[in-house]
Amino acid sequence: MKIQVLGSGCPTCRKLYEVVQEISKELNLKDEVEYSTDVTKIIELGIMSSPVLIVNGKPVMVGFTPDTEKIKKLIKENL
Amino acid sequence: MDIFYPIQILADWITYSILHFVKGSILGGAVDFFVNDSVKIFLLLSVIIFAVSVIRSYLPPEKTKKWLTNRFEIVGNIIAALIGIVTPFCSCSAVPLFIGLVESGVPLGVTFSYLISAPMVNEVAAVMLLGLFGPMIALLYIVSGVAIAVIVGFILGRLKLEYLVEDYVWKIKANCQTVDIKKTFTDRLREAYQYTLDLIKKVFPYVLVGVAAGALVHGYAPENLLAKIAGKGNLFAVPLAVLIGVPLYSNAAGTIPIVKSLIEKGLPIGTALAFMMSVTALSFPEMIILRKVLKPKLLAIYIAILTIGIIFTGYLFNWVL
Repeated sequence: MKIQVLGSGCPTCRKLYEVVQEISKELNLKDEVEYSTDVTKIIELGIMSSPVLIVNGKPVMVGFTPDTEKIKKLIKENL
Repeated sequence: MDIFYPIQILADWITYSILHFVKGSILGGAVDFFVNDSVKIFLLLSVIIFAVSVIRSYLPPEKTKKWLTNRFEIVGNIIAALIGIVTPFCSCSAVPLFIGLVESGVPLGVTFSYLISAPMVNEVAAVMLLGLFGPMIALLYIVSGVAIAVIVGFILGRLKLEYLVEDYVWKIKANCQTVDIKKTFTDRLREAYQYTLDLIKKVFPYVLVGVAAGALVHGYAPENLLAKIAGKGNLFAVPLAVLIGVPLYSNAAGTIPIVKSLIEKGLPIGTALAFMMSVTALSFPEMIILRKVLKPKLLAIYIAILTIGIIFTGYLFNWVL
């Protein structure tokens, strides 16, 4: 199981990374959350917005929401 | 009849019956003005931003891309500028958006039309103009913003400046399959609600400060104060207004109420419009982000043409109205 946050290096992307880290700790996930600011990766997925949340290679959320519960749910569903 | 009339009644009641200000006094008038404008703006912001957010959820950039590829150029410019109206400019997404569009074969000029219209036709600014100046001025702002985006984008497209885009952009190859994250209507409503709430939280201090400052100017500044120094006769007023607007990025919410009062004191509409456009369209954070994909020369050309477009619009409206 692998969680990645892809962004373009903006504050919002950074924030999503921090939120996801918190959630990962809460759910006792062993793997580190990966954070990448390489825009190329986003484009290669066919996505044009950032940040992108990826769980096990699958993009589950595009864009940011302050709704932590929703992010938690998305991660749980896709683990 | 003025649809905002009930808000005026509410404001009068709060000011004179609850807060006991003396009717007809300057302070009472300023407080009344403040209550009326802030209630009106927050009401409009909540309703319109919510509606726009729902509409927007049907227009993700991945779909925009499909609509813009293989279009006759000027048609592409127009569609791009129109889509830009409902899309807010997010500094996070500017780079992936730019690369995504260019990479899929959308002409550079069309991409620019979108990149100009998205921040320039700012939803908060449009709502505030609607609340404070009425539908005519709000429409004027939107239409001239779209016109600038179409024309500037078209000119940039004609200049064949593709070689001034950073080279790595052309090397990226996207997966043809676009990711499709399914959303139910309830999801859309929920997201729109979240977004609206977030946005209002973010802009409300600016709105309050702006409306308060506007109320002070309204109550205390002498009539025709600006007509003399920044009236139509002063040719430098428009470029100067544009310059002042540049560092005020993202403060459209706080700036517009002040501008309203300045117009009452004699600031010409065109000058005010140019000022508001420079507040929303010419922003340093956006330029810094765009530098990642544009070589400095292209960035400079883009800023120059956009600035000229805004100044021209200012003169045009001063001349027509």
